[in-house]
Amino acid sequence: MEANTRSTGRLPAAFLTPGSSSFMDFLSEHQPEMLPGNRQLPPMQGVIEAPHGTTIVAVTFPGGVVLAGDRRATMGNVIAQRDIEKVFPADEYSAVGIAGTAGLAVEMVKLFQLELEHFEKVEGAQLSLEGKANRLSTMIRSNLGMAMQGLAVVPLFAGYDVDRGRGRIFSYDVTGGRSEEHNFAATGSGSVFARGAMKKFFHDSLSEAEATMLVVQALYDAADDDSATGGPDVARRIYPIVTVITEDGFRRLTDDESSEIARSILERRLEQPDGPRAALL
Amino acid sequence: MSTPFYVSPQQAMADRAEYARKGIARGRSLVVLQYADGIVFVGENPSRALHKFSEIYDRIGFAAAGKYNEYENLRIGGVRYADLRGYTYDRDDVTARGLANVYAQTLGTIFSSAGEKPYEVELVVAEVGETPDGDQIYRLPHDGSIVDEHGSVAVGGNAETISSYLDQRHQDGMSLAEALKLAVQALSRDTNGSEREIPAERLEVAVLDRTRPQQRKFKRIVGRQLGRLLEVGGASTEAESADEAEGSEDE
Repeated sequence: MEANTRSTGRLPAAFLTPGSSSFMDFLSEHQPEMLPGNRQLPPMQGVIEAPHGTTIVAVTFPGGVVLAGDRRATMGNVIAQRDIEKVFPADEYSAVGIAGTAGLAVEMVKLFQLELEHFEKVEGAQLSLEGKANRLSTMIRSNLGMAMQGLAVVPLFAGYDVDRGRGRIFSYDVTGGRSEEHNFAATGSGSVFARGAMKKFFHDSLSEAEATMLVVQALYDAADDDSATGGPDVARRIYPIVTVITEDGFRRLTDDESSEIARSILERRLEQPDGPRAALL
Repeated sequence: MSTPFYVSPQQAMADRAEYARKGIARGRSLVVLQYADGIVFVGENPSRALHKFSEIYDRIGFAAAGKYNEYENLRIGGVRYADLRGYTYDRDDVTARGLANVYAQTLGTIFSSAGEKPYEVELVVAEVGETPDGDQIYRLPHDGSIVDEHGSVAVGGNAETISSYLDQRHQDGMSLAEALKLAVQALSRDTNGSEREIPAERLEVAVLDRTRPQQRKFKRIVGRQLGRLLEVGGASTEAESADEAEGSEDE
């Protein structure tokens, strides 16, 4: 069966059998061993050491949503990678940012992107934003076995809901539990600090530029207090990944744009290390 | 027990080919043309929802004439093949040539196995390259052969008339509006040489546009954009070069 997809023989029956529009369903029938959730783990003791990604933040603004992530991956005390990417487009109108075991997370994103694209091609229509969020839930649930061994993947999903005309954010726990977040959300080890910052900065009428500034401020505060989150690295020119999703679709800020935001924040923090202050009352 | 009549293999194949061709000829023809920025698919299709053209993968498009349920089945098989291959290896490892081979094998096996009804379909698999030289167009008739085409191709019942019309007039480096206009002119010709009008709302048009910034180059052209392109293509006849003026005199 496997040989057939790799050689140029006739399409196996599974390919021509009418069925679901889901690529994961197709894989689980045709080549179940290809699905990450079906991988057999040997019995292990203790926690597996693998690079972990850390802080992802998201904030809505009238007309869209911003999703951003820092660039550090850690393995215990070691910085495993300084320029890892943890925020990816899922399709034209949504993006996913991932905290947790980097290897599994990247694989999950790849499969999730494919799942959405496959549905779109087969059906000729996009899934609803809610449908996409549920699909991601299923994928996390299938990873539960590995999550129990310490290989958890905790994504943040953000998208522009074309039907409702606004940006929305969904957060997840390791069991696949899904909840819609209002206004702003964060996940990963630095998320507590990032959430505190966002709580102070957020208001209902942010512009797109203010929203992108807000998420970078929040990431800065996360990096300030969490050793596993990386701040803007000016010497190496590594800046947070910031993505914006609006009616016009997904857009990732260029390196120039995100470096400009990060540098202006750094400059002000030189004067005021704790960042902008809100009025006490 | 009665002895079955002997039918020579030649006769059996000829009968099956005849059967498939008749089935394909019942539907409308469609054309696929290269233009400066990519490949355009044009066909007459009264349905808004049941498409003749669709996206298979990033740079690969699919067009089919004949029996809807049969080519839809092949289309989904192709999408599954491409997505699985891209997932197993890399997105760059999915090619039109590979897909065309799989389709050819599939159609060929069905055509020559006595137990199965031959498919009444004719397919085109096209991949847009970085430059016009990299474009690939494969035509796959019902019997599983592959024809590597350049410039323009027509499939369906009236394909011969249409493709000879296209062969004479298609040039490299046409604009999208010019290519679209030529395609519509070609499709409007009937077997007996007479012409009929195809209104814009009965046209299905899609492109593989190499200039699109997205990774996925397939795009449907509908509504106002289609109307605008048809207008531009129409207007160019009066103002444009002598070549085109000659072309319109022929009609």
